[in-house]
Amino acid sequence: MCLAVPMRVNVVLPDRMAQVILSGVSMTVSTALLDDVAVGDYVIVHVGYALARIDPAEAERTLALMREGGVIGHPANGEAPHEIHRRVS
Amino acid sequence: MKYIEEYRDGRLARGFAARIAVAARPERDYRFMEFCGGHTHAIARFGVAGLLPANVRMIHGPGCPVCVLPVGRIEMAIRLAERPEVTLCTYGDLMRVPALQGSSLLKTKAAGADIRVVYSTLDAIRIAEAEPRREVVFFAIGFETTTPPTALAIRLAAKKSLTNFSVFCNHVLTPSAIRNILESPELRALGRLHIDGFIGPSHVSTVIGTQPYEFFAKEFQKPVVVTGFEPLDVMQAILMLIRQVNEGRHEVENQYVRAVARDGNPIAKAAVAEIFELRKSFEWRGLGTVPYSGLRLKTAYAAFDAERRFDLKEIAGHDNPACECGAILRGVKTPAECKLFGTLCTPDTPMGSCMVSSEGACAAHWTYGRFHEQPRKVA
Amino acid sequence: MSTKPYRRRLDIRNGRVDLSHGSGGRAMAQLIAEIFHQALDNEWLRQGNDQAAFDVRGGRMVMTTDAYVVSPLFFPGGDIGSLAVHGTINDIAVGGARPLYLSASFIIEEGFPLADLKRIADRMGAAAGSAGVPVITGDTKVVEHGKADGVFISTTGLGIVLPGLDLSAENARPGDRVILSGTIGDHGVAIMSTRRNLAFATDLVSDSAPLHDLVATMVEAGGHGLRVMRDPTRGGLAATLNELAHQSNVGFRLDEDAIPVRPEVAAACELLGLDPLHVANEGKLVAIVAPATAETVLDAMRAHPLGRDAVVIGEAVADDHCFVQMTTGFGGGRLVDWLSGEQLPRIC
Repeated sequence: MCLAVPMRVNVVLPDRMAQVILSGVSMTVSTALLDDVAVGDYVIVHVGYALARIDPAEAERTLALMREGGVIGHPANGEAPHEIHRRVS
Repeated sequence: MKYIEEYRDGRLARGFAARIAVAARPERDYRFMEFCGGHTHAIARFGVAGLLPANVRMIHGPGCPVCVLPVGRIEMAIRLAERPEVTLCTYGDLMRVPALQGSSLLKTKAAGADIRVVYSTLDAIRIAEAEPRREVVFFAIGFETTTPPTALAIRLAAKKSLTNFSVFCNHVLTPSAIRNILESPELRALGRLHIDGFIGPSHVSTVIGTQPYEFFAKEFQKPVVVTGFEPLDVMQAILMLIRQVNEGRHEVENQYVRAVARDGNPIAKAAVAEIFELRKSFEWRGLGTVPYSGLRLKTAYAAFDAERRFDLKEIAGHDNPACECGAILRGVKTPAECKLFGTLCTPDTPMGSCMVSSEGACAAHWTYGRFHEQPRKVA
Repeated sequence: MSTKPYRRRLDIRNGRVDLSHGSGGRAMAQLIAEIFHQALDNEWLRQGNDQAAFDVRGGRMVMTTDAYVVSPLFFPGGDIGSLAVHGTINDIAVGGARPLYLSASFIIEEGFPLADLKRIADRMGAAAGSAGVPVITGDTKVVEHGKADGVFISTTGLGIVLPGLDLSAENARPGDRVILSGTIGDHGVAIMSTRRNLAFATDLVSDSAPLHDLVATMVEAGGHGLRVMRDPTRGGLAATLNELAHQSNVGFRLDEDAIPVRPEVAAACELLGLDPLHVANEGKLVAIVAPATAETVLDAMRAHPLGRDAVVIGEAVADDHCFVQMTTGFGGGRLVDWLSGEQLPRIC
């Protein structure tokens, strides 16, 4: 339902706006729903607003698990179920 | 495209397909509902269903705000747009939705109404500022992902003291819809259909967090995996759901940890709570009236509420009686089981909500998946 | 040579088109002379007739007609004038014909700046000159303010079929290869990037280009194996392949990984919820080629500047449903259907 795309913050603008980029396509979006957005952050953009920040460490961990065909938080990985939580905004 | 393409890797898909095939016990079926239309679209676009074993099936849910918007509400927007002083700003998704007697925003625009497709509420605010003599109305739809942008727009309009901006609010709530499905008669009644678990929405969850789903997991004893937007996320989540089912667990798990926290986005939630309040009930196309499932502007913001500003009257609408959208939205029937599918009802001539939006179950099936159902006449 | 009947030159810098420029009188003659004849100059226009005469050679001729209503009139990588030239040439070229002549008629909105009109005419002239296909006759009309979106251009093209070809939309048969000449979606996304309400920026430019020279190369390399060619303009590659599938009564099976898409096009489509397969192209062609000739044709294309990224993206199969199916990069299968209605950005 919610077409939202990860984009990199390229320039932080005044009035809680930012220029964000994806593969050479840039947009100016509102960052008013997040605090402390910095250049280099990856944010999820939906209808002109940044809704959430992507946690690079978690992203990498998810990918690493995927490479093994494993799952997030399964006891077999030595982690308790659904205890992987991070504040992302 | 970083954080996108890595999660579309076909090699890893094959790895998951193999693990899913091993994990899925041959003696039973697994039926999972992906609530969110974005997942329906991703599953169809990437052909995920083709990578699953025959006993693992995806049921498409009602998480498509365009699909569930009642005909009467679109008609109200059309009547608004027909007023000469009104500039109606809308997301593109709504332009072709058929309302009463085959009308639509697109046709109304063709007849001369000032209807403008915008990408963002920010555009609607800009138009209101640039054209002070126009009454700019923003046609707001969407689940919890799309609601904070509307809230911020209203806040901004108030801050700028705009006197020509208002919102026609049709925002709806995900947990209410999930509950409606789980409580539907077909589901409770005789195991005629069962749903074994849910793929929870990606971006709604970045706002509301994983916490609201804990109630469903416990009360209805169904596992929920909040899942990312990309096809590998979906496959990983399906594996997680299969394991929960096999182990008799019914918990909320967060697959989309890279973007979703248990509490979601507090700033977004606060903005929504400041501007909106719950409607006692709201009609959902195909689901009927669902209590405490829709939002409206608080009285403090009445000046920005198009329904009050223009004294809009509710318009009743109804769908073709042969339309099976209600059953399809609840996962009870498949698109192919609707008599109208592919005949009277196609993406060019949509009869009901499931065909109207590209992520409605019927539209997705027509656009991406029809070939699965056809008897093969290939040499 | 007669002296010109008007004393002052047009005020290109500040002047605007008005209804007198379309009324057939002195003002119209001046507009035509100083803007169109100047820009499109050739022996036919110099004769100043209402029609252009030329000898008909032996062989089979093709004729095509098109209208150009693009907005905005000037966009990254092109404009309505050069687009009109390229588009008309391409319609002739994909019919396996050498384009010979073009005609162009202009419907101009009252109030349209002369400077813009001159720019369009100049670019048209440059495109026609560079392609070697002159605009030999034309027409001008002016309509009231609000009745045309600046300017509309309608064209006709004439060409002569190249020898040894038998092209038809009904010719594709199972086993034939589907060759695409390059990246898809460039033009449509470049146009969309100018829409203020979509507010995204990119360095992408339209791929608007005349393909007749590329086609000539392909025909020389393997004309006997060419079944049909088409340029995927509005509706994109998806529309073109679905049309051909139905006209030839075959199906197509495509490989998504083989279809070239620029990263910026892919990104813009992700942002707006669009499918590159549905986005317009103005400098690309699809060729259905017999399997024995495919490699030769492909090599010839890749040696040409407009075919560097040419690639086989799939093949025709027997299919009574005439489905165009694609194996996704992810590994699953999906249909590639016509786009329904106009392509609009979505939130869902």
